[in-house]
Amino acid sequence: MSAGGLLELTAAAAADAIAAGELDAAELCAFYRQRAASDRAAGEDGLNCFTWVAGEAADERVPAAPLGVPLAVKDLFCTEGVPSQSGSRILEGYRPPYTATAVTRLRHAGASLLAKTNQDEFAMGSSTENSAFGPTLNPWDRARVPGGSSGGSAAAVAAGLAPWALGTDTGGSIRQPAALCGIVGLKPTYGSVSRYGMIAFASSLDQAGPLTRDVTDAALMLGHMVARDPCDATSLAHPEPIGLPSAEHLRGVRIGVPTELHGSSDSGAAIEPGVRRRFEEALATAEGLGASVQEVPLPHAPHALSAYYVLAPAEASSNLARFDGVRYGLRAKDASDLLDMYTRTRHDGFGAEVKRRIMLGTYALSAGYYDAYYGRAQKVRTKVAQDFAAAFGAVDLIATPTAPGVAFELGEKTADPWAMYLSDYFTVPMSLAGIPAISIPCGLSEQPDGPAGPGLPVGLQLAAPAFHENRLLDAAYALERALAFDPTAAHV
Amino acid sequence: MIERDEVLHVARLARLALGEQEIEAMASELSAVLDHVAKIGELDLDGVAPTSHVVEVSGALRPDEPRPCLPREVALAQAPAVSDGGFLVPSPQA
Repeated sequence: MSAGGLLELTAAAAADAIAAGELDAAELCAFYRQRAASDRAAGEDGLNCFTWVAGEAADERVPAAPLGVPLAVKDLFCTEGVPSQSGSRILEGYRPPYTATAVTRLRHAGASLLAKTNQDEFAMGSSTENSAFGPTLNPWDRARVPGGSSGGSAAAVAAGLAPWALGTDTGGSIRQPAALCGIVGLKPTYGSVSRYGMIAFASSLDQAGPLTRDVTDAALMLGHMVARDPCDATSLAHPEPIGLPSAEHLRGVRIGVPTELHGSSDSGAAIEPGVRRRFEEALATAEGLGASVQEVPLPHAPHALSAYYVLAPAEASSNLARFDGVRYGLRAKDASDLLDMYTRTRHDGFGAEVKRRIMLGTYALSAGYYDAYYGRAQKVRTKVAQDFAAAFGAVDLIATPTAPGVAFELGEKTADPWAMYLSDYFTVPMSLAGIPAISIPCGLSEQPDGPAGPGLPVGLQLAAPAFHENRLLDAAYALERALAFDPTAAHV
Repeated sequence: MIERDEVLHVARLARLALGEQEIEAMASELSAVLDHVAKIGELDLDGVAPTSHVVEVSGALRPDEPRPCLPREVALAQAPAVSDGGFLVPSPQA
């Protein structure tokens, strides 16, 4: 098959072609290995999507497996013998002795490991600028960020450097970069995919999920990921198998638009006009497919981001206590004693945003502040989840823009942490409630301050009740076909 | 506003050494974030149960049976320093 032909294939189409004997899986792997390796070799002239790319010898596939489509994997998934640093200097040179369950399951299905992808350090960020490996660039406009923290995965899929990729989402880290790069990103129900082997950020929120070119690929990948895993006591068996979506209309589907997230002036996150236009057009498209659209109240959603920035840093400060220079990774040299070794190793190994979150979390958990911050944030979480439960009594799905704005310029938000955090304003409430949510591209926005160019992608977020991934995927699929987004301008 | 002493106290709890510039930046950045976060203090949350985990998982215990674990040499292979089959660290008291 021609190179152009290979590049056009979605993962599902490639898997079908391999199964039908029309495509050699080894040819597909070699094609993407070469593309990924060339991005890495290009250094500053590339997108910097990858932290590691498989060599020729690494190509071992399980015979007779249904998928032969190579997979890019976010750096924070432990992969045996392959560098896994979670984008951090403190894990310099770390090659884990075991592989994360999500990766193992996909490999057993036949998806070989193509590459590890760049990310914000320990998944803390919304731009992939907080990486020890340097920032990843957005293939739609290289002066802009790809979003984060799964920015390397999103940019690689958008640019056609990988057929599909694995990411993780704690407060929006799959959905927001998918939106900013014009691809599909799905955060599954908390617990439906094992967290075993994911280098932890905030354990009650972290969840692995697919970043793909289309909704069908997301369903295909997710179907191979969900399972109860004895190695993760919080994992659950999914109540129904994940099917490939086939809906052609949305008749009878009730879509709720949160009153509090849709246009109120004091919402905290101003929606860019271009994003609002594409979002409203997408709702009109949904109505054209037969859906009904109504407002639903989520009274506590505007407080979700505040609660999140207590809960996630608190869990992070505990999870990241393990990086002490004793068992793996970096160790500060010439320490005077054990405590000095700990504190200097952590000073040298962690980047600015990770230090900020460790400090924030330690503060929120410290004596005298626990009830005011952590205790209250856990109660806000309850209210956010109750709001969703009530809303899903009236509607089947909830829709928001995935992010308030399009991809922003490199460096634009690094000096103001809260401005960066607001990127996740629409994605954090679903994370706190543990419910599944998907971002699909719904068009291009004119660039906010630049001349008329091709524009930048806008994401539509749809959320469903826990374990209703099939409902979510079906609706996203019908909308995707009707919206007919063209992603090819981002291909390199 | 977070004061310098408080930054140093929290950094000690977090086992994190901070440079002079980092201490100053941390004081203002943490204060700015906490100003936003403090808005949850305005909510009436009396009688609301806290949520630590969104999914109910029960009976997740496995039988307590011996199983093979990582071989010692594999567990030690990534360590910055080893000695006598263990992790070597500086003395707690120099």
